[in-house]
Formats: sequence, structure tokens, C-alpha cells
Amino acid sequence: MDAVKQHQQEEYQQFIKDKIPKPNLLRNAVAAFVVGGLICDVGQFISNFGQSYFNLNKDDTSAFTAIVLVFLGALLTGLGIYDQIGRFAGAGSVVPITGFANSIVSPAMEFKREGYVLGVGAKMFIIAGPVLVYGFSSSVALGILYLLFSI
Amino acid sequence: MAANSVGKQTVKLNNTPSVIATASIVGPKEGQGPLGQYFDKVLDDDLYGEKSWEKAEAKFFQEAVEKVIVKGHRDKQEINYLLGGDLLNQLISSDFAARQLGIPFFGLYGACSTMSEAMALGAMLVDGGYADSIVCAASSHFSTAERQYRFPLELGVQRPPTAHWTVTGAGAALVSNQGEGPYITTVTVGKIVDMGIKDSNDMGSAMAPAAADTIVTHFMDTGLTPDDYDLIVTGDLGRYGKDITDELVKKAGYDISAKHFDCGVEIFSPSQDPHAGGSGCGCSACVLSAYLIPHMWDGTYNSMLFLATGALLSPTSSQQGESIPGIAHAVSIHRTK
Repeated sequence: MDAVKQHQQEEYQQFIKDKIPKPNLLRNAVAAFVVGGLICDVGQFISNFGQSYFNLNKDDTSAFTAIVLVFLGALLTGLGIYDQIGRFAGAGSVVPITGFANSIVSPAMEFKREGYVLGVGAKMFIIAGPVLVYGFSSSVALGILYLLFSI
Repeated sequence: MAANSVGKQTVKLNNTPSVIATASIVGPKEGQGPLGQYFDKVLDDDLYGEKSWEKAEAKFFQEAVEKVIVKGHRDKQEINYLLGGDLLNQLISSDFAARQLGIPFFGLYGACSTMSEAMALGAMLVDGGYADSIVCAASSHFSTAERQYRFPLELGVQRPPTAHWTVTGAGAALVSNQGEGPYITTVTVGKIVDMGIKDSNDMGSAMAPAAADTIVTHFMDTGLTPDDYDLIVTGDLGRYGKDITDELVKKAGYDISAKHFDCGVEIFSPSQDPHAGGSGCGCSACVLSAYLIPHMWDGTYNSMLFLATGALLSPTSSQQGESIPGIAHAVSIHRTK
């Protein structure tokens, strides 16, 4: 790209800088904090419930809570509610495990019309895939470090 | 220089093709918007009785074309060409509609600028004596565009304030060498302008320089000024892109702000949460067909410069870090010759 064009582009990007509205960070952060916190409260409630009613041990309680939260995330996605929560809460509903459920169920619903193999099967992890790939990779890396330094 | 050229990028249409009929079909959200009463048909359901949104879009594209032919008192066989397009890969909505229609078909991709691209080419075909009657049409669908360009519908994500809301709808116009107007008098073909904007959630900023370039070129080529038009209509610059365009055009010495009408800003009310405004090929096509041309027939407007604007990005180009090329084509439409 020649210098004149690059200069024009930089000038334009500077020119529009204060004309483009910024997302309201404070409002978004508060919404994310409140909704994310509420989802965690629900998780804590499920966890307490599992411990006291089913006498689950620590590991089983974590699994029980994750299963119920994933189910709720998937259900709310299917009912068309989770995207509305997400529009309001942003990261507050993306980060918890319910958001993970949402990221898998929503493409599964979306691509059902392309069939169960090339639609649902192939596209289901289109959003969650990177999280899984890098989550697994970093857990392997961490495992190796753990092995090296804790023996 | 070609006989009908005027200046750098403009041609004059000496035989003044006439827009004799228009038709529009929109989805439920557009029907609830400020222009709701003007559309020929408002769907209750954006699936329109079909198994997929893509099928629904092809269906209402086809219906808009059939409707405009009936409204123009023509027979399908009398239409020489259909010029149209949509946003989807390989233009499936318009292809599949054209498959049913059986009219010789030019598929056009100009992203959201498709309607003015179709009008520009169509008017030149008619003016040059290569066609008696042609139909220009364009469509978009919120749900088909979202899944191709962005995320699944049910994914809970926040949209930034500069994001657009793709219009569900199709608009069609019948242009003929016989008719009582309004007449297409000049065409200014835009060139691609890319100012290095990479944010696909900010198409207004990406398209504004292209819109401004075509508007200014049109005035310079023809010697006209904003005073010669009742309206300067842009497709889907949105709230922020519209203001940026006004300022860019002002820098070049023309003030269009009082006459600037952006279809994307007008189609939804702010309470409908469209963020920057409506977008998509269907946006300018529907507003032109339902609101602007009918208001020329009833005398509200005598002249306008219609300029649909396109952001020529693809998900692949965005992911590879490419910036967004913008384009805008202008056709000037006058009520009298």
C-alpha cells in the first residue's frame, strides 16, 4: 500500500474516532457482575442442595452442580431466553458454565436444517471448539509442569 | 469518451427509463417499524411457512417480483431481464427465486448496494434499447444473514452500539421504456473505497467514505448541487455512518445534511433496539419500493438521488484480518423528464 493511501486511512480513522459511540463499559460491567453473580448463586444453591439432600461428597457435588447448570443453560437456550439474558449481561452469562451450554446448543439448533451429520454434528462446536482445544491443551501443559516440579 | 458519459463516472440516460411499479414484502419487526403501513405485505412469521429461513427468503424474493409484475400490468413473458441479488453465498435466495420465475436473470452481488446496482444496470439496459421492461429486486433476511456472517441466533452475545440489524424483506421495481415516471435520468457508478476499517460490527464507518465519494463525484460530474434534489437517499449507513458521510461531503463543499435520508435509520424506531439501524440489501430495496417511489407518484418528492451502500466483507476476509471495502452506486430519479 502506498504511503498516501495509508496516511488517508489513518486520517480517516482518527476523524471518526470520537464520532463512533463506545459501549457503555460501566453499565455492561455492572450487568455482567450482577447476572454472573446470580448464576453463581444458583450454582451454590444447587451445590448445597446436592450435599444436604443427596449426601454427595465434594467431587460428586461439583459434578452434580455442573450437570444441573448445563441442563438449565441448554433449556433456556432452547426456550429462546438465554440469548436475551446474554444481550443484557454480556460476559456475565458467557463465562459461567451455562454460557458454555449455550454456545453448544445454539449452533446445534441453528444448523439442524443442514442435517444431523454435516449440520448438527459438524457445527455444534463451532463456538465452543476453541475453548475446548485451548482448554485441553493448557491442561496438558499444566499437567506436564505439575509432573516436573512436584515430584 | 462514450456518447452518453458525463464526467468521470456518470452516464446520462437520454431515453429516461421509467419506474412504473414497485412491490415490497417485509418481516414482522419491519412491519412494526415507523414505515410499517407502507409495505405491500408484512409477514407474521419470518419462516413464512418454509422449513428454513433461506427457503423463506427465496419465497418472498419471488413473491415480490411476481407482485411488481402484476402491479405494473405486465406479463412475466414481457419482462426481458430480472436483475437482483441478496447477501447469501452464491446468491441462493435470488437464484432459487429466479429458478421458479423463468425470467432471464442477472445475479448481482453488491452486498447492501445491490438495489442501486440493479437499478443502474437495468436503467442502462432499457435506455440503450436492450430491453423494454426489466425488474430490479433485492432481498435480505435477518436470520440467514446472522448465521452466515455472525453467530447462531440463540447465542447470548452483546452487540456493540455500532452494529446493524439486518432487515428481513424484499423490494422490487419494474423499470420500463414506457411510463409516466418517475424517470431515471443519470447513473453514477461508484468505485470501491476502503479506509482500513476492520470492525465488521461498524459497517457505517466502513461505507461512509464510499457513499461520500459517489455523492461528491455525482455532483462534480453533473454540475448539480444538493439543492437540485428533494432527497439524497442512502441505503444503510446507520445513525453514525450517516453523520460521518454528511461531514465528509461537507468537506468537499456540499451540504447534504438537511436532505439526507438513510433507509437504515428510518426503517426501525430506536425503541426496536436496532443499534445503528437497519442494513441488508432488503433495507434500501424495501424503503425505495414502499415509501420513496410511491411518494414520488403522489408528488411529495420531485427528485432524489438514490444511493444504496454496500460493505463488501465476508467472514473469511474478516478472519484473515482484511479491512472492509465499501461501495455505493447512485441513480438519480426525477418525477418529470
